[in-house]
Amino acid sequence: MLSLNRVSKFYKIGTFGGKELAAVRDVSFDVNRGEVVSLIGESGSGKTTIGKMVLKLIEISRGSITFDGTDVAGIKGGAVKSYYREVQGVFQDPFSSYNPIFKADRVFTMIRSEYYPEMSRSDWDAKVETALAGVSLEPDQVLNKYPHQLSGGQLQRLLVARALLLDLKFLVADEIISMLDASTRIDVLNLLAELKDRGMGILFITHDLSLGNYISQKTVILRRGVVVEMGATDKVFGNPTHPYTKVLISSVPQLHKKWAEVEAEIQAHGGDHDGVCLYHEAYPPTGQAGDGPGDRPAMVKVEDDHFVGCFDLGQGICKA
Amino acid sequence: MSLQVTDLRVYYRTLAGDVKALDGATFSIADKEIMGLAGESGCGKSTLGNSLIRLDGRMKYIGGSVNLDGNELPIWDQTGMNEFRFKQVSVIPQYAMSAMNPTRKIGKMIGELVESRGISYEEIKSELDRRVDLVGLDEDVLNRYPMELSGGMKQRMVMVISTLLDPSLLIADEVTSALDVSTQRAVAETLVSFRDHGFVKSMIVITHDVSILYQTADTILIMYAGKLAEKAPTKTIIEKPLHPYTRMLISSLPEVGVRYETKKLVGIPGSPPSLLNPPTGCRFRARCPLAFAKCAEEPPFIKIANDHEVACWKATGSDA
Ligand SMILES: Nc1ncnc2c1ncn2[C@@H]1O[C@H](COP(=O)(O)OP(=O)(O)O)[C@@H](O)[C@H]1O
Ligand SMILES: Nc1ncnc2c1ncn2[C@@H]1O[C@H](COP(=O)(O)OP(=O)(O)O)[C@@H](O)[C@H]1O
Ligand code: SF4
Ligand SMILES: [Mg+2]
Ligand SMILES: [Mg+2]
Repeated sequence: MLSLNRVSKFYKIGTFGGKELAAVRDVSFDVNRGEVVSLIGESGSGKTTIGKMVLKLIEISRGSITFDGTDVAGIKGGAVKSYYREVQGVFQDPFSSYNPIFKADRVFTMIRSEYYPEMSRSDWDAKVETALAGVSLEPDQVLNKYPHQLSGGQLQRLLVARALLLDLKFLVADEIISMLDASTRIDVLNLLAELKDRGMGILFITHDLSLGNYISQKTVILRRGVVVEMGATDKVFGNPTHPYTKVLISSVPQLHKKWAEVEAEIQAHGGDHDGVCLYHEAYPPTGQAGDGPGDRPAMVKVEDDHFVGCFDLGQGICKA
Repeated sequence: MSLQVTDLRVYYRTLAGDVKALDGATFSIADKEIMGLAGESGCGKSTLGNSLIRLDGRMKYIGGSVNLDGNELPIWDQTGMNEFRFKQVSVIPQYAMSAMNPTRKIGKMIGELVESRGISYEEIKSELDRRVDLVGLDEDVLNRYPMELSGGMKQRMVMVISTLLDPSLLIADEVTSALDVSTQRAVAETLVSFRDHGFVKSMIVITHDVSILYQTADTILIMYAGKLAEKAPTKTIIEKPLHPYTRMLISSLPEVGVRYETKKLVGIPGSPPSLLNPPTGCRFRARCPLAFAKCAEEPPFIKIANDHEVACWKATGSDA
């Protein structure tokens, strides 16, 4: 339903905007209906930039994003409102989305005046109740309360509920779990998974690999604005092939395995077949760095549903 | 025994009354022990850590004692603590990285710090250089300003500074929390190496991330709502916890390998009580699936096996 086709974003920086920073380069991936795709990368890798382009909050510098076949950049005027009826975002810090001097449910009334001005009071109340039930909140727990009277988890769920008031088909969830405590984290994750089960497409942005691994069907690993590895989540995590992915996975603190053990396992087999990297098997190195179309190596299929673009081509990091 | 804390109580004065953030903590830490301290945000972790070194104006000492290497620490006395602070017990506060004075070069700042403790910069300079090198930083960092360092570099520098005088006890409060995974691992492993090198005798590592503790800590102390819930060796806390809160907390954590599709995790329903007027009896009672009549009384934190302490009537077998 959502498709990124060689999307790039260049920010103008410097005093006169004379320099350009390539925050996202040539990124392509799809998110289907009823699918969670996790977009994983360290801070500054361009995750939020991609989310903002999908949400039309910033312009796309190059390439295109389509939603159900429509070019997102071309959506203008009244059509923008219909786009936001179907595509919404929820961001990291739930507190910053609320004005502390207004009650938290004001975020709902704003949707009503914007999208449903004609709706009767009782129909609206019923709609709110359904949306709250969808995120497992009791109306009397959260309605008519100020933001400081609610927990981070409740505020975050209210924001998802607000999105549900629309005919939402697609959600961009940008680090929405990071600010939450362990015991409420899993509830919000499960909530996203249930929305997915009901057909929603979700772009799940995170720097936390274990969260992405838990919830998503597909994983995209971003490094400095470039996709280095992507595919079915179990393949990317079970058989990490790009050296960067390996570093990330072996650095995640696990609960039953020490770092050293994980590292040893990945060294032993993760992507290396008899010492030959899967990527290099498909794409034998020529000894020149940056080999491949343009200045980046192409994404190569290393197995079904698993693609890798290797940066260290020819630099001897893998035993090619 | 290096640290013995007995029935320590520290509250915050507020207009609405006292916030009972640390309400009777009794535990000890052995020589060479790295004790992890975990629990939901707001449960009193930072209050416990800070109370061993500096009570700020709003913290009120209510009672209890802290004994370090046989010396009673006068924690209620700001000036009396000067003799111990930094030399005997040192802290890396939460948000230490952003608290570094931006107008001072790092070397100069260290000079001022040690001189305030009656030690000349020249005296410690060669040891400082050795440790800077040991954590993988260039000696040149001493001539730079804090803002010129990346998050991970700053965090390592803060660790070197706070342990420069070989304190007996180091308290590290959320030092890995704001970092990317690969940096997080480096910082956590550096903490352990400081203990191994004998720069500190024992350590309290505070974090909301239990999986980091699995990687670094010898023992884990779990807090809930201003009270101690359970303390045991790391492996026991992760694999055979006894307190219902610890059990629910551990089983709600997604880790690499656990997927929503195959194993749906559940959170802990409800939220922690207010510490302004905490409930009597067991503070976990409202959320505990095992609660019974006896839990209206406060469960004592008692030893149920060698190295294993817990505060729960069910776990201590008092439910007959
Ligand atoms: N408005 C902006 N102007 C200039 N540079 C920006 C802007 N927003 C983000 N960047 C830069 O783009 C890169 C990617 O940022 P971002 O998309 O926020 O990454 P992430 O969400 O993965 O942390 C970073 O180097 C960041 O500094
Ligand atoms: N300066 C303060 N004034 C009043 N209450 C405070 C203050 N600092 C912390 N608290 C309260 O004390 C409790 C424990 O806080 P803290 O020790 O920071 O928890 P943690 O580090 O586990 O997140 C919380 O309920 C918090 O709201
Ligand atoms: S004392 Fe009672 S309420 Fe508290 S944790 Fe144990 S069983 Fe649950
Ligand atoms: Mg971001
Ligand atoms: Mg804290």
